[in-house]
Amino acid sequence: MNTELLGIVATFLLTLLIAIPLGKYLAKVFAGEKVWTDFLNPLEAGIFKLSGIRPKEEMNWKQHLKALLTINMLWLVYGFFMLIYQDRLPLNPDGNPGMSADLSFNTIISFVVNCNLQHYSGESGVSYFSQHFILMFLQFVSCATGIAAAVVLFKAFRDRTTEKLGNFWNFFVKSITRLLLPLSIFMALILAFNGTTTSYEGKDQFISLEGDTVQVSRGPAAAFIAIKHLGTNGGGWFGANSTHPLENPNYVTNMVELIAQVIIPMAMVIAFGIFIRRRKLSWIIFSVMTIGMFLLLIPTISSELGGNPAIAKMGISQASGAMEGKEVRFGPAISAYWSTVTTIISTGSVNSMHDSTMPLTGVWLLLGMMVNSFFGGCGVGILNYFVYLIIAVFISGLMVGRTPEFLGHKLEAREVKIAAIITLLSPLLILGGTALSAYTFMHYGQANWTVQPQHWLNNTGFHGFSEMLYEMTSSNANNGSGFEGLADNNMFWNVATGIVLMFGRFLPIIGPIAIAGLLAKKKYIPETAGTLRTDTLTFGIMTLAVIVVLNALSYFPVLALGPLAEYFTMIK
Amino acid sequence: MIEEFHIANVTQIINYHITMKKYLVQSIRLTLVLTVLLSIIYPLGIALMGKLSKGNGEGEKVYKNGRVVGYALIGQSFKKPEYFWGRPSAVGYNAAGSAGSNKGPSNTEYLKEVSNRIDTLLKYNPSLDRTAIPADMVTASGSGLDPDISVQGAKIQIKRIAAYRNIEEKKIAELVTLHTKGPLLGLFGPSTINVLRLNLALDEIK
Repeated sequence: MNTELLGIVATFLLTLLIAIPLGKYLAKVFAGEKVWTDFLNPLEAGIFKLSGIRPKEEMNWKQHLKALLTINMLWLVYGFFMLIYQDRLPLNPDGNPGMSADLSFNTIISFVVNCNLQHYSGESGVSYFSQHFILMFLQFVSCATGIAAAVVLFKAFRDRTTEKLGNFWNFFVKSITRLLLPLSIFMALILAFNGTTTSYEGKDQFISLEGDTVQVSRGPAAAFIAIKHLGTNGGGWFGANSTHPLENPNYVTNMVELIAQVIIPMAMVIAFGIFIRRRKLSWIIFSVMTIGMFLLLIPTISSELGGNPAIAKMGISQASGAMEGKEVRFGPAISAYWSTVTTIISTGSVNSMHDSTMPLTGVWLLLGMMVNSFFGGCGVGILNYFVYLIIAVFISGLMVGRTPEFLGHKLEAREVKIAAIITLLSPLLILGGTALSAYTFMHYGQANWTVQPQHWLNNTGFHGFSEMLYEMTSSNANNGSGFEGLADNNMFWNVATGIVLMFGRFLPIIGPIAIAGLLAKKKYIPETAGTLRTDTLTFGIMTLAVIVVLNALSYFPVLALGPLAEYFTMIK
Repeated sequence: MIEEFHIANVTQIINYHITMKKYLVQSIRLTLVLTVLLSIIYPLGIALMGKLSKGNGEGEKVYKNGRVVGYALIGQSFKKPEYFWGRPSAVGYNAAGSAGSNKGPSNTEYLKEVSNRIDTLLKYNPSLDRTAIPADMVTASGSGLDPDISVQGAKIQIKRIAAYRNIEEKKIAELVTLHTKGPLLGLFGPSTINVLRLNLALDEIK
């Protein structure tokens, strides 16, 4: 086996090696059991005291959602103004300007919702103050929001019948102090000692070997890049994200960044099973997610290693694979692995440019984001999967003619309706958004806007359509990667994706928590021989089938118009 | 009866407002506390530790005769025939505005650009067979700042450089081997060559 493929195997195995014990640890932390990090208790007690929070106060599901939404809205409002006025705030050595209102609207939503779609470029679009006090802060807290929301769901199924689902602030703060901050410190130091900059010095200037004057953007990036991956955020310090040599200096950092973005979503699945004392269920979920991951990963790798057929026709050897938009120090194989991981997990950071990947790769990346629950983002991945579970239970119930039950609670019309609405939301936002933008592009191409719609696209034809589709899909999945050729920093895209981002984040959090809260209140029905068990292999396959069928039905036509059409025109 | 209902309703509304206000105040205070922890203490701590790293956390610089000629990790533009060339860059190696080309694989303009790059390579390396050209030498990197090229990318330039510099080919080939960084632990990932370091070593040969 060649060294590039071996790199993938090693990365994946290391990920498992870290994620599984981490899951066990997380289950204990959130259950309030003794763990070795309990020496942090005084720190947490201090945070609660200063914030006027009583962490033992129990909340029901509605109170959880109120707390979650209140603090998220607060971040939206103050962050919006900070970004607009960043030029008047300190820590701006490069003298970058304040954001326009529409760009700030998009950016703040994007970071609050854990997406990190970036319509600005890190070097010239934000000050160090904004990077640290707004963006990096949000990378921590948006991830913690997702984890806390998932723990509420865990709580709902731990006890037989309950309305008390723990304290939101407690879950939220512990996600940071017991998980995100310690891991970030560790990872930031690895990055720093491999060459990522940490100092607050601004741009430097030097004269190159051939006599060109070159300016170099730098800054305290290591701290930011650590949480960017651990929190499945994905927003880069520099414009080119993790392709940038200072953001991702070598193969070691590349492995670390790859592992970091997967461990928490994986660990959450393990933690779920331990927390609700149904380990088998979480292993079934884990298997389905892993199979889903490989179903997307293998064709992606094969499509990238095959290289660009149009360049092959010119007689060029693409020994290692397609190289446009990729870095030599990583190579196409691990870049393809990264592309898969960053789209199934809603990270959205890139170590190669997705716009330049092969057409079929585009199909797999888009599908990863459309499904959005093969591990998925921190906390929210398992919430998304939960919705598919409910649908699968409902459909199986109909098939065998029994009242559907999930973990001892009857599933009734109200819960199924919520699940159905959440499932339909994604196609509505993705297809509706793409249709709107394609219509605007075609019919208002000459509209008198700052950027005329006819100049949006960096590529013509089918690939251009894919650029718009990818942007909407990425926004709905709260992913944040892009076909970056799209001219997205203008009123239309800033506002349109901003709205998609909001709906794509908060409804898929509210829905599953409501379902879980409603189920937890219901009377517990002991399992009998007649119960449809959800922790069996058969049911795992059923869930996978539901995921495949739902997404294929929703998205096949639009994929056919974009990347599939491009593929077939290229090989003819 | 009606009055009772009314009172119950009002209490509910008041309770609702009290909860919301409580959550808002808690949110504001928690945000302030966490800002101190996450946006001040954490990055300052990392910056402090970063001072111990190579380049003191400001990026590792590369010197020639005591003058800074670049950053070890940041690729720079090489156009002169007597230097090894790096990869094409969508931003002309502008280290204050990194980006890839974002050109799609079927874009005709892009494919023409690739074709032109091949022609340029063939023009400056007349003995070169086009099937020997590796993909990285004719495609733009993701960052526009790729500091490396593949081993094959360096090999195809040896003849040209030997001719322009009047140095034995063998000597340059040795230099290329010396500057080849193998896979991680000899096992994982591709081999690379840092173009800036290779070119600096080239200037050392007299």
